[in-house]
Amino acid sequence: MSLATCLDVVQHYGLRSIGLGDRLLPRNDFTLCDQVVLIGSGMIWNLYFGLLALFFGFFSAISVALARNSHRRLLRKPADWFVFIFRGSPLFIQFFLFYELFTLIPRDGISIALPGLSFTLDGSWLSRAWAGALVTLWLNTTAYAAEIFHGALRSIPKGDLEAADAYGFSGWKKFRRITYPTMLRLAWPAYTNEAIFLFHATTLVYFSSFPARQQKGDALYYASYFAQKTFNPFVPYPILACYFIALTMCVVLVYGLIYRRLNRHLPSNSKRRLRIRPQLVR
Amino acid sequence: MFSYCADPASLDRLHWFACYLTTAKQMMFYQSFLVVIVLMLITAPIALAAGLAGALAGRSHVLPLRWIGWAYANIVRGVPDIAFFLFVPIALDQGIEYLRLKVKCPDWTEPVRQGNDFVVCAAAKMPLNSAPQYVHELYGIALAIAAYTFVFGAFGANVLSGAMRAVPHAQLETAEAYGMTRGQITRRILLPQMWVYALPGLSNLWMILIKATPLLFLLGVEDVVYWARELGGSKTSAYTYAHPDWRLWYFLVLLVFYLLLTRVSEIAFARLSRRLSRGQATAAGMKEARA
Repeated sequence: MSLATCLDVVQHYGLRSIGLGDRLLPRNDFTLCDQVVLIGSGMIWNLYFGLLALFFGFFSAISVALARNSHRRLLRKPADWFVFIFRGSPLFIQFFLFYELFTLIPRDGISIALPGLSFTLDGSWLSRAWAGALVTLWLNTTAYAAEIFHGALRSIPKGDLEAADAYGFSGWKKFRRITYPTMLRLAWPAYTNEAIFLFHATTLVYFSSFPARQQKGDALYYASYFAQKTFNPFVPYPILACYFIALTMCVVLVYGLIYRRLNRHLPSNSKRRLRIRPQLVR
Repeated sequence: MFSYCADPASLDRLHWFACYLTTAKQMMFYQSFLVVIVLMLITAPIALAAGLAGALAGRSHVLPLRWIGWAYANIVRGVPDIAFFLFVPIALDQGIEYLRLKVKCPDWTEPVRQGNDFVVCAAAKMPLNSAPQYVHELYGIALAIAAYTFVFGAFGANVLSGAMRAVPHAQLETAEAYGMTRGQITRRILLPQMWVYALPGLSNLWMILIKATPLLFLLGVEDVVYWARELGGSKTSAYTYAHPDWRLWYFLVLLVFYLLLTRVSEIAFARLSRRLSRGQATAAGMKEARA
């Protein structure tokens, strides 16, 4: 297997997971290069789901955490229930439930029923993985991150808040200048952990009810495809493991840099480095 | 089940449901909830033992053993658990068949991997082709338990090694001053004191184990998810009990089941933690002493 033929494989299958390149997956004589390229191609979906859910989830999680911290019952109770339901039940079940829910949405599509062949061209995109699974993951990470931010909000030192009052800060200014940065600093190590596990959770998408259309799946989808075809799990799964360990290290690196920036005001000798002590696994 | 269930088409709604919810298939669905709980109760102690072994290996004085303990705890954490659930059963199955091949058919010369197949002699098959169906099913469940144990053992090793580090060092030094050997210190001082520090992490792990059980479905076990999909799908009038697509309702039932399970566990662990911190030199222990 020379490098040139492998580059050829990259051209054919590098973007296969999003529907570009060859339509047919390799069927026999799987080379190591085939497996590395296709599983890597699937990582595009893991990144897509993980990054977008993290981005949207960050803002919604802070809102939910603030709602849980509110004095108003009307705000607090729904937020409590939201977090309880999404943290108390398996993500796998949530995928199934939301898929069934989304397919109930009336679709503005055409159903085509030919003898022996019937299918629906539907306009409802929520029953597709790219949107439906993203919404589910977003709600899920919102609940987990809200719990983390809520804990951080509650452990903001009293002195900081009193000092803010003494300076005449109130409302938005107090939140923006005092509450929000302190909360982020306190929550960041746990939030890093949540980010790592959210990326891991993205592998569930194509194994729950969301169908992988035209074999456009994520990394685990292709890894299990190879494991089924070759009946040899010892090649595709270690490849997948390498990709995910690399991804985990990137997450730790990026979140570590952000953590350093969050703590930039501290004297350099007391700067805390982000140490991932994975006591809590989601 | 009931005597009036002979002709479901003629029943009113209430009786129809009474009959529908007590059919043999529905009973299998209810049983699968028990399967889930039994699986957790089997997995948890084995995984805890594996975690303890991993954590102790990580503290060992023997370098290779320490490496193994470290690698086990960290690699499993870096990779999605579902990848291990898919990998471990098939890898273990092939490993067992390979070993049996070496023992049962020593004069087998063909390679085990032929193209896209894994070939062993008939006597080395696990379970044997002639074995009854229930043996095959039990073997499948045993492999699933092995996969869960492998993953949760690594998580447990993480939690327990953190708890071991949290035991006050003075305690261990005092034991050393009394002339205890390393093994004695571990058995008499470290292990008994570690649990109270490990409890928050372990309760969290139990919650994760609960939430990982629906993945059994991916391992081909007929679990709650399997039956929910099977029974919930729309049934035409060819069936005795015709109904439209009810999968949404079935999954709602599963959601409520899991919410109850996590809630009950949460309360139980809060009680246990209060019980364990009695007499400990922690804030919670002091509070207990004052009360």
